[in-house]
Amino acid sequence: MTALLELEDVEARYGPVHALHGISLAVEEGSIVAVLGPNGAGKTTTLRAVSGTVRRSGRIVFAGRQLDRLGPDAVARLGIAHVPEGRGTFAELTVWENLRLGGYTRRGSIQPELERVFSYFPWLADRRRQQAGTLSGGEQQMLALARAFVHRPRLLLLDEPSLGLAPVLVAELFRIVRELNEREGLTVLVVEQNAHLALQAAQSGYVLEAGRVALSGTSAELRADDSVRRSYLGY
Amino acid sequence: MATLESFRPRLRDRAALGGVVPPVSLLLVAGAAGLLVGSLRSEVFAQLTVQGLALGAVYGGLALALVLVYRATHVVNFAQGELAMATTYVAYQLIHWGLSYWEAFFATLAIAFVLGLVLEVALVRPVQHRSVIAAVIVTVGLFILIDGVVNWIWGGDFKYMQSPFGTKVYSVGGVSIARLYPGMLGVVVISVLLVWALFRFTKLGLGMRAAALRPAESALVGVRVDWMLAIGWGLAAVLGAVAGLMAEPSQFVLEPTLMQPILVYAFAAAVLGGLDSPAGAVVGGLAIGVSLNLVVQYVPSISSELQAPFAFAVLVAVLLLKPSGLFGHREVRRV
Ligand SMILES: Nc1ncnc2c1ncn2[C@@H]1O[C@H](COP(=O)(O)OP(=O)(O)O)[C@@H](O)[C@H]1O
Ligand SMILES: [Mg+2]
Repeated sequence: MTALLELEDVEARYGPVHALHGISLAVEEGSIVAVLGPNGAGKTTTLRAVSGTVRRSGRIVFAGRQLDRLGPDAVARLGIAHVPEGRGTFAELTVWENLRLGGYTRRGSIQPELERVFSYFPWLADRRRQQAGTLSGGEQQMLALARAFVHRPRLLLLDEPSLGLAPVLVAELFRIVRELNEREGLTVLVVEQNAHLALQAAQSGYVLEAGRVALSGTSAELRADDSVRRSYLGY
Repeated sequence: MATLESFRPRLRDRAALGGVVPPVSLLLVAGAAGLLVGSLRSEVFAQLTVQGLALGAVYGGLALALVLVYRATHVVNFAQGELAMATTYVAYQLIHWGLSYWEAFFATLAIAFVLGLVLEVALVRPVQHRSVIAAVIVTVGLFILIDGVVNWIWGGDFKYMQSPFGTKVYSVGGVSIARLYPGMLGVVVISVLLVWALFRFTKLGLGMRAAALRPAESALVGVRVDWMLAIGWGLAAVLGAVAGLMAEPSQFVLEPTLMQPILVYAFAAAVLGGLDSPAGAVVGGLAIGVSLNLVVQYVPSISSELQAPFAFAVLVAVLLLKPSGLFGHREVRRV
């Protein structure tokens, strides 16, 4: 297998704040990779470095293309969908318009994509005229995911999808992500507080601390690691 | 435009409040009924109403241009009226060079689009992220610049253009109405509807709305936000050009100050409608146009010299009493 996404010594800063101090990681094509770490470790910033929503330097290669000089819209057009922390739903627009925006980079009709998405989220079909801001938090999170699927990305960047969701919904959400991964070979880089779930879904993972990779390995290795167990799994 | 869709759920909110807030639609229906009754009873009233609606459409067109720019870049473009005036001079020049009126009309719209786009890219974008005041100062500077350039090229004296609608006068139920006024109204309304359809039904329009509402999230789904905002300025310049071209025959002459009072009325219209509401801008324009015309006729102490101050008073009153205007947008809260 070859890496679909590769980060090499990536640094990122918010003005004077240095958030990443040289991150290196690789995401194999067709895999789910988890990013763990305490608050402020730079997990969100790592995803933002990939999608181009933070100033970054270092080497970022996606499917043989160098990303580190591209803006977010250009990165999206290469086939990377980023579901940001806090969902990024267009609250003022309808459900249908949100989905349409997900397929913005696709040419021609998005009807096949919509039907595919409605097969995963049947309730969305009935709500397509509803204003997205009037959906519940969980529904909006699902909508954000559905929007990313309409994009039909090669790589999905998911930032804390379980944040603020009821446990049933979290399980449902991860089930759908895994299904897409298995059925359609979708590659996923997921940041998650719930390390249990993340390591269950992922084949491998990285633990970030203070803007650096503190630990990496397969999910089994990470689960067996004492520090991971103590800090993230709680036993 | 987003307001039209967001309007429905808001109406539901209001119903939930037990009708404490008087629905704007009721107010509009009452206003329209009043105008109709007045027009049936008096010929002068009918003529003033039709003329007021035509002028109001012009104000609404320019107000819509202001709103588009405001929604796209959060800049109040003080140069919008001067830009409209300058493009009207372009049409004058094209006609002078031998184009027919309507050839010049459409060519001018294309030129206006490019002009609006270029101004956004060259002058507004560089300062936009520095501060709001910087952007405002740029548009005020643009006002002065355009005024200077037009005076330099064409001089400050009166120019005359043929009327696009001729001098025909219709008689409707015994009331004579110059073809000019329904013509003005029709052209502005068609332009506004086309812009509305672009925003409402096309992918480009959706991208523009998204870019204006949430630029960061729009970029993440692949929308070229900078381009969308520039196109917004281009479309605003097109609407301004329509307003300028339709204002000219109502004033009978073309001069560099053509749009200055109209800009005040357009501001009043935009604020009355709610500065971020496209539908509000158009309705506000029609309301201002009609009421200015009727007030001058029927309120003895307000003569036509007081029209602009009256519009300004409306503007201040709205800002004090209902800053979000008739259709102004209340933030949809995220759960
Ligand atoms: N918009 C921002 N402006 C300034 N500093 C930020 C901003 N976002 C994040 N940071 C800082 O960057 C570091 C990494 O943050 P982040 O990537 O959000 O961490 P995580 O997602 O792992 O909680 C933190 O120290 C945080 O304070
Ligand atoms: Mg985070």
